[in-house]
Amino acid sequence: MTTYIFRRLLGLIPVLFGISLLVFSIPRSVPGDPATIMLGQRSTPEQRERLRSQLGLDKPLFFNTQALQETGDIRTLLDSQYFFFIGNALQGDLGRSVFTRVDVSETLSRRFPATFELAVVAMVFALILGIPAGVMAALNRGTITDTLLLIVALAGVSFPIFWLAIIFKYVFAVNLGWLPASQRLDIAFSIQPITGMYLLDALLRGNLAAAWNAFKHLILPAVALGSIPLAIVVRMTRSSMLEVLSQDYIRTAKAKGLMRRMVVNKHALRNALIPVVTVVGLSFGSLLSGAILTETVFDWPGIGSWVYNAITSRDYPIIQGGVLFVAVVFVLVNLLVDLSYAFIDPRIQYS
Amino acid sequence: MSASVAKRETAIKGTSLLQDATKRFFRNPTGITGLSIILFFVLASLLAPVLKPYDARSDRDLRLRLLPPTWTMTQVEREQKNVGRFEHIFGADELGRDLFTRVWHGGRISLRVGLMAVAIAVSIGTFLGLMAGYFGGWIDTLMVWLVDILLAFPGILLAIAIVAALGPSLRNALIAISITQIPVYIRITRGVVIGLRDSEYVNAAKALGSGSTRILLSHVLPNSLSPLIVQLTLSIGVAILDVAALGFLGLGAQPPSPEWGVMIRDGYRQFLKAPWLSIFPGLAIFFSVIGFNLLGDAVRDVLDPRLKNVS
Repeated sequence: MTTYIFRRLLGLIPVLFGISLLVFSIPRSVPGDPATIMLGQRSTPEQRERLRSQLGLDKPLFFNTQALQETGDIRTLLDSQYFFFIGNALQGDLGRSVFTRVDVSETLSRRFPATFELAVVAMVFALILGIPAGVMAALNRGTITDTLLLIVALAGVSFPIFWLAIIFKYVFAVNLGWLPASQRLDIAFSIQPITGMYLLDALLRGNLAAAWNAFKHLILPAVALGSIPLAIVVRMTRSSMLEVLSQDYIRTAKAKGLMRRMVVNKHALRNALIPVVTVVGLSFGSLLSGAILTETVFDWPGIGSWVYNAITSRDYPIIQGGVLFVAVVFVLVNLLVDLSYAFIDPRIQYS
Repeated sequence: MSASVAKRETAIKGTSLLQDATKRFFRNPTGITGLSIILFFVLASLLAPVLKPYDARSDRDLRLRLLPPTWTMTQVEREQKNVGRFEHIFGADELGRDLFTRVWHGGRISLRVGLMAVAIAVSIGTFLGLMAGYFGGWIDTLMVWLVDILLAFPGILLAIAIVAALGPSLRNALIAISITQIPVYIRITRGVVIGLRDSEYVNAAKALGSGSTRILLSHVLPNSLSPLIVQLTLSIGVAILDVAALGFLGLGAQPPSPEWGVMIRDGYRQFLKAPWLSIFPGLAIFFSVIGFNLLGDAVRDVLDPRLKNVS
């Protein structure tokens, strides 16, 4: 197991290198001069020059052969744009916003709990609704219930998520006034942060009123976002349940005269849920990227809405930092999902 | 005598996968529904320039600003505005542009870009996947690396990053969406090829002197068709959603283009005053996407032999 983990971690290095290359190339593939694009046509040459040196744009792209020849010091070979970028990134420094001067890494880590909380609640919603629906479809295979559930699930992935978010926001929040339309908490409440996830923090602090308020803010964006994994959870539960139900041990359990509820819940469902864990892990990525759309509609102060605003203002350090951050988180989550298999399903042996 | 021979021949003659699949497909109500929806959208898009030529730049009629769908208006309201009951069934937007015409023409954009993005992704991805699987070695290593990198950017994030680099436009959105879809095709084709590379019939073809191109195109590729077709159908739905999402974020098509995502972006700030501006383009996206998803589902059931015993 340890060797397996080690090998997987080692295998991450080329992927992370590739990710860094791609993120590095974002502002450099923009047609025209990046400094002019970021600062606008009316900026002075001095301002642009300052930005260039600040972003390291005045150095060669990958290898500084000129500096090597001049100084003869092998270390100056790496005095280039890419190694400047990657060196800083490895130290947790993703630069500063071109316009607001805020520290990118610091803001990302401050805003990430909001996105993470939204993604987790969306996933919980998808599981609470999706697993029973999947079981019900499997138990009624081929009937009208089955077909209807599958079509509803399919409809879930066919909605443009930003449109669903807009409808939810205006119907349930603005028009009916049942739930809040934006932000994470009413101004009247304040929560001392522990994890940065308001719902959890409020519960930990024992502040039930604030927790309830944070939960109400979460409902609409989480349901909109959760429509993406919901369909996958339903289908995965259904097909995996069907497979398990055809196993010999289920027949044995039935033959023993166990109650149907017992067979389904204890013998079948537990085994059927193993593949669902993969879905949970892999959908986490689509939740992070879907968050860009949902957060934008609900003014949710997570990384999605921040990166989106940066794209409209062409604030490249934020865009790069945000994209890099999400990609790295996603890669690590995938790794964790793979590893968690060994614990959930003891039949899997890693050598 | 000859009759019995003919009879035996028909008895021996099996049904091909295609015949078998077609037969099963037409017994599948979801597949038929999906196909009908898609045909409806395709037909509507093809007929749009013939039946209702449209120029988004010159289209405006300020008299009809924010006109609600006419069938929801009362007789008196309609007389005031001097419009017929079914004249503007989706209403009109801020500039008095008939929403129905715009949604109709928007379908052309979404379908075209969706189909093109997937076509590009399939061609490039399949080619690279064939190369990787068949030749192995460093080509394979490089491809696997490329796929791993591209798949590390979840969902629409990669497309957003690419458009952020290339600049917002419909063309760049098309490029970005194609790139995000390439890795799936590399992965599928590569997997099938690796499974077949050492099979007996490929070895036999080699022994008979067939070249790599011939083996790949006429022996290996046909065997990867089923998973490719299933993925392709589902990809088109995803591509249509991505085009709309990029349009909504202001990173895809630009106004005054009647692209559905752009229309929702234009309309949603006025949702309380004029909800129809966002509702109808959204429904259009939903129906076209669910058409492809229903079809993809049915195609999967029909083509995947493992499911034969289950259902």
